[in-house]
Amino acid sequence: MDFDYSEDQQLLHESVQRFVRENYSFEARRQLVATEQGWSDAHWAQFAELGWLGIPFPEEHGGLGMSGVETMVVMEAIGNGLVAEPYLSTVVMGGGAVAAAGSDEQKAEILPAVAEGKCKLAFAFAERQARYNLQDVEMRAEAANGGYRLSGMKSVVFGAPTADRFVVSARTAGGSRDADGITLFLVDKEAAGLSVRGYPTADGLRAGELTLDGTPGDVLGEVDGGLPAVEEVVDRAIAAVSAEAVGLMGTLNDMTLEYLKTREQFGQPIGRFQVLQHRMVDMFIAHEEAKSMAMMAAMRIDEEDADARKKAMSAAKVQIGKSARFVGQQSIQLHGGIGMTDEYAAGHYFKRLTMIDRSFGDNDYHLRRYAAL
Amino acid sequence: MRIDIADRDRAFRDEVRAFIRERLPQDVRDKVRDGSLLTRDDVVDWMRAVSERGWMCPNWPETAGGPGWTPSQRFIFEEESYLACAPAPVPFGPQMVGPVLLAFGTEEQKARHLPGILSSGTIWCQGYSEPNSGSDLASLGCRAVRDGDHYIVNGRKIWTTNADWADWCFALVRTDNSGKKQDGISVLLIDMSLPGVTVRPIERFSRMSDFNEVIFEDVRVPVSERVYDEGKGWTCAKYLLGHERSGTAGVGLCRQRLDRLEEIDDGRDPEFSRRIAETGAALEDLRWSFLRMVAAKEADDEIGPEASLLKIRGTEIQQDVMELLMEAQGYFAHPFIERALAQGWNEPPVGPSEAAGATAFYFDWRKASIYGGSNEIQRNIIAKAVLGL
Ligand SMILES: Cc1cc2nc3c(=O)[nH]c(=O)nc-3n(C[C@H](O)[C@H](O)[C@H](O)COP(=O)(O)OP(=O)(O)OC[C@H]3O[C@@H](n4cnc5c(N)ncnc54)[C@H](O)[C@@H]3O)c2cc1C
Ligand SMILES: Cc1cc2nc3c(=O)[nH]c(=O)nc-3n(C[C@H](O)[C@H](O)[C@H](O)COP(=O)(O)OP(=O)(O)OC[C@H]3O[C@@H](n4cnc5c(N)ncnc54)[C@H](O)[C@@H]3O)c2cc1C
Repeated sequence: MDFDYSEDQQLLHESVQRFVRENYSFEARRQLVATEQGWSDAHWAQFAELGWLGIPFPEEHGGLGMSGVETMVVMEAIGNGLVAEPYLSTVVMGGGAVAAAGSDEQKAEILPAVAEGKCKLAFAFAERQARYNLQDVEMRAEAANGGYRLSGMKSVVFGAPTADRFVVSARTAGGSRDADGITLFLVDKEAAGLSVRGYPTADGLRAGELTLDGTPGDVLGEVDGGLPAVEEVVDRAIAAVSAEAVGLMGTLNDMTLEYLKTREQFGQPIGRFQVLQHRMVDMFIAHEEAKSMAMMAAMRIDEEDADARKKAMSAAKVQIGKSARFVGQQSIQLHGGIGMTDEYAAGHYFKRLTMIDRSFGDNDYHLRRYAAL
Repeated sequence: MRIDIADRDRAFRDEVRAFIRERLPQDVRDKVRDGSLLTRDDVVDWMRAVSERGWMCPNWPETAGGPGWTPSQRFIFEEESYLACAPAPVPFGPQMVGPVLLAFGTEEQKARHLPGILSSGTIWCQGYSEPNSGSDLASLGCRAVRDGDHYIVNGRKIWTTNADWADWCFALVRTDNSGKKQDGISVLLIDMSLPGVTVRPIERFSRMSDFNEVIFEDVRVPVSERVYDEGKGWTCAKYLLGHERSGTAGVGLCRQRLDRLEEIDDGRDPEFSRRIAETGAALEDLRWSFLRMVAAKEADDEIGPEASLLKIRGTEIQQDVMELLMEAQGYFAHPFIERALAQGWNEPPVGPSEAAGATAFYFDWRKASIYGGSNEIQRNIIAKAVLGL
């Protein structure tokens, strides 16, 4: 067991942390998410230059061939700074789907372009009726002229407004909640019959609703056997947002601790009140517990045994959800009125933590999955 | 000890329902249901309709213009109002200023201010908190210096709910600095249209903003607007805080949201259904605790530190309900089209119509354990005043 970073990981850590320090003051972030696009092309170009967009991809496809740990290092910094660029949707999810399911040809076409910052992806898997159930898929794909045409809707697709290509799950066989009969497709943003309704999300990021109407798509991976890839991608997203949540909680706890030491009421810093000391201790513990699970998730996400991986990611997601909720809510509470304001950073960290809890399965869902495995 | 659901109460409930059905405009009802932002007119027009019926000030004595309701009737009215998605009235006049004036005001002050509160012709705000005086309210520093028949007021109030809508402010000011911090505080009724009053809205991260910063610069307030003796304002303030905590602890609001949750719940997730039921049971407890502790004691106008218990549990249950409603949206907790919460939005919603409002309310309701004396402060009160610690 080794919980220390290697030399390369340490360098990566320092470089992403430096990026956040230099580019993501709270004020800069506020202005950025208020723009139409909500994130910066210049930052994206910088990510490409520094190699971050190719971290998990094999070297023969323009990537750095790194493990879940390096993704964790980047995602934690993304959390520290409340970074708004679509790293999760493009690199972890879209790129993860192509890497998991794509043919050599598809990987060669797409992954280098992602790594160079020329192609942004989004993974469209959720549907309105499905809640968090990954195999509840009603989007239909019909074989036509040697290809497929997709019809249906996908909901809350992260990164949709700026995606160049979508990875879409659709049903090629079976009933709407069957495990078999799901196939992944690559769909170009210009494809006929595709419309994207983009919008901001509660945490200031961007997502969209997709409507497909006889839209052509290229099969990605096995026909009728796409569910394992969907599950793998969502698990990768869980490992990634676990690290992001750890970063968010780290910044939020620092901010709250500082406030307890400086805010005075009744002639003393409020941090002298024991009830607040104990609350802060519990927030510290919640963050430490989350760190352990995020590291575990980073180290086990590349595991071969899918059931073991799923069980591990469910355990991580449950703890992350609990910690995020507690740290988020209490950081607002301990700030009093100022914590409720839009011009103070705490609320924005709390919002992102809350939305992480609302993504990729909530506690009920993951406790059920954990128990069933 | 007996449960007493009188026929009279049933008839009263029908009367309240009929009134709301007749007077509440459909568009306002829809906005409240979907958690959209309300305008001043939406709220004040409704308050005026309630006033016309004579129901604005249910906890005032009948002689002062109250409707003479029993505690359970007050409860029914509030509950029916929430269930029918009527806007909550701005509470500061009827629930706070009124009772304080009835207890401490001169006849002249009562004659000047109570009619406007009863008719909802004047809207009030509460100017207590300051940037450096929140939980430690008695340390407040907003200065009022006597100058003949006037006080000259200088200072900053913050988090003042509805100050941007208000005609008058019920303010705590410092008239003397020499003794104990609780001494030397006075209550002034300040006309918000006086020269030197500036109101600056403050945005909340939930984007459901209704509080403000209020700045007083050389504002000349007539001495006749001071309530009770100079330097004795803390007595009024504490009396008022008791009334603030003795609302019905949000039972009606919670009931309305829980009804909606039960409607939404399709039973596919038994764990979620269980949590809804658990919150429903907690709400039943809150209702009975309210009836036991506040309503029963009201006869002798003694609202004790039990009110702190209701504030703590009431706000916790409200927060649980808001959280469940957000969780029920699944992925649709994410989309947040701010314009969808405002006036005149008529594009189709993303996901269920209440989704964006549900998320905003969850975030916004974190305020409930902070305002009106934070829940930590309420626990301190029980520790000290009830348990003798
Ligand atoms: C099973 C068992 C095994 C033990 N083994 C050993 C041993 O091997 N060697 C040894 O030396 N002792 C041992 N102890 C004693 C143990 O260390 C003491 O019980 C402990 O320090 C608490 O002291 P106390 O019992 O006097 O309770 P008190 O100190 O009187 O505490 C009573 C309560 O007040 C709380 N409290 C006290 N001070 C504060 C404070 N400042 N802030 C907040 N809360 C406070 C405590 O948490 C507790 O809930 C053992 C105790 C138990 C129960
Ligand atoms: C939405 C909203 C509306 C409001 N509306 C009004 C209004 O209309 N008029 C008005 O006057 N005010 C209003 N307030 C202000 C409210 O009363 C104060 O926010 C509250 O009293 C807390 O003060 P503070 O914000 O300065 O926090 P602080 O007092 O600085 O408290 C910060 C944290 O320290 C804790 N703390 C402080 N002292 C102690 C202690 N002794 N022991 C344990 N913990 C302690 C608090 O519980 C809190 O968690 C409103 C606030 C909000 C959020």
